Amino acid sequence: MKTLNHAQNAANFNKDEKRVDWHDETLWWIRQKRDKSAFQIPEWESLRDAASAIKANTLSNLHQYLIEFEKNALANGVKIHWARDAKEHNDIVYGLLKEKGIDKMVKSKSMLTEECHLNEYLERKGIEVIDSDLGERIVQLAKEPPSHIVLPCIHKKKEEIGELFHEHLGTPAGNADPQVLTEAARIHLRETFLTRKAALTGVNFAVAETGEIVICTNEGNADMGAHLADLHIACMGIEKLVPSRAHLAVFLRLLARSATGQPITTYSSHFAKPRAGKELHIVLVDNGRTRQLGRAEFRNSLKCIRCGACMNTCPVYRRSGGHSYHNAIAGPIGAILAPNLAMKEYADLPFASTLCGSCSNVCPVKIDIHDQLYKWRQVLVKEGHTTTAKQLAMQTMATTLSSPTLFKIAGKTARVTLKYAPFMVNNKFNAWYLQRDMPKVPKSSFSEWYQTNRKQNEQ
Amino acid sequence: MSSRDQILTAVKANQPPLMTLPALDSFFESPKNELIIKFTQVLSSIGGSVIEVEDETEIGAFIREHYPLANIRAISPLANMQGIADRYEAENNPHKLENVELAILPAHFAVAENGACWLSETLLAERVLPFITQHLILVVNKNDILPTMHEAYQKISDETYGYGTFIAGPSKTADIEQSLVLGAHGARSLLVFLV
Repeated sequence: MKTLNHAQNAANFNKDEKRVDWHDETLWWIRQKRDKSAFQIPEWESLRDAASAIKANTLSNLHQYLIEFEKNALANGVKIHWARDAKEHNDIVYGLLKEKGIDKMVKSKSMLTEECHLNEYLERKGIEVIDSDLGERIVQLAKEPPSHIVLPCIHKKKEEIGELFHEHLGTPAGNADPQVLTEAARIHLRETFLTRKAALTGVNFAVAETGEIVICTNEGNADMGAHLADLHIACMGIEKLVPSRAHLAVFLRLLARSATGQPITTYSSHFAKPRAGKELHIVLVDNGRTRQLGRAEFRNSLKCIRCGACMNTCPVYRRSGGHSYHNAIAGPIGAILAPNLAMKEYADLPFASTLCGSCSNVCPVKIDIHDQLYKWRQVLVKEGHTTTAKQLAMQTMATTLSSPTLFKIAGKTARVTLKYAPFMVNNKFNAWYLQRDMPKVPKSSFSEWYQTNRKQNEQ
Repeated sequence: MSSRDQILTAVKANQPPLMTLPALDSFFESPKNELIIKFTQVLSSIGGSVIEVEDETEIGAFIREHYPLANIRAISPLANMQGIADRYEAENNPHKLENVELAILPAHFAVAENGACWLSETLLAERVLPFITQHLILVVNKNDILPTMHEAYQKISDETYGYGTFIAGPSKTADIEQSLVLGAHGARSLLVFLV
């Protein structure tokens, strides 16, 4: 099946205008909560600077920090695995389950496992995976991917969730009360937590100095899963490291405030050692990260702490929905991470932006997101990953703009055409015209006007 | 070459020249006064409750009055709570805690800026206890409220623990149309006593 590109997906999403408005307003409301929360911290901007600088140091010394983290985690009794790509990551997780004869696993939120398509892989191998974050469970029941990294089912109406729960969890038909639905999920997932021998979680931060990992949730699902299972597997990208515990203060102050406007997530749990007699495995995953580390212009994207602030503020994301990005991570940050994974497949994403810069302004680690979107466009054109129409249009534009004679002729032609034959331009072949009216035609060009007026002034 | 060595080699080859770590000293200048007020205000705004008491006997009296202790399973390691809650000895069997209604636990310290309390493994019979219990009560010394997370991590910078967690409020979710619901998977309520 051919994947539709962002513009096509966005066009589909926009067929339901009311829904788009609702989606837009909901995310903007979260952006406003972020602002309110950030403005209460006088040193907010200094925190962002510090976070960005800590991550810059981490990336510049990542080799040493990884070795240090591994050494300290091993000393804590944790098992460490290294995966070069998604396949190796999936194989490692499956291998651990198989070794213990486990065929059912509970999972808390991990965008990395979405990136690696772990659930589908394990299901093909006969392992049942239940996502325990409420939003993730909802999209899992709907057989959809998450549409937002922090709010996985932000695109869904409560009535749709009510129907899903009625079908799968036996809630009363027509009941769409969030309180009732959450309670039903609590009961269903409590049973899951109590009966699973393996729990997989993501990782928000890993501390090189101590070998511990930090996992942040509001629901408590990562802890419920990990503390009740015999086997805890935590999967993380190699960029999740921070040098020491002192640095966690900076990131934990920024993360939840940037994400939802909360002062901190309900639970920020630090796992250093496995429980007595149990196992804690950490899988360190590359999957393109070392490649991105080597791209000087795009390296900063690895500073991302996955708060989702850039999505909530993005005028394009808010009006096109997370699924339009056809990638595990949507929005502006997804659009600069995805082309690194598969340039051709995600060549449309850096163009899904107005380059307004709002994303860069809210990013807690000060990633130059909109600059990177612009830089990706240049790379993608050079590598031949844009459509011929766009390339031709850009080439024609460049030639015209660099020649005064051609520019004059083109201007004159456009004015005449728009005046006498507007249908030549205002038609469905002109993508620009689809959502806009063409401008009103001026009587003359600026240089014609100038010459006339100058003569009049001199007289 | 193993995957580990391949990844480490690629990291070494691709990482940029060393950038220095920023100083964090300036973040330790938050106001040190009115910490109780700030903590109470913030925790209340995120769904928790705070009660100031003179001593632990007051806590016992409050719990007796507000929880149906005769019908529920309550657990606490605190000596002063032994009349109202069972001391739970760790047996490495967290599933036995499935039916706990109320857990009354001490916390090492609290953080004013975000309403969080820090508990490390030494205070927990089982790691799952503060999560699996239906309701959670934490007891913190009022002199142990720190202004921000910077002071919090300074305090635990050299500590060794197998597990530790900051708890800020009851378990919650807003995944369904951003409607806030308390009691997602963890404790449905959080009450903090400041002694």
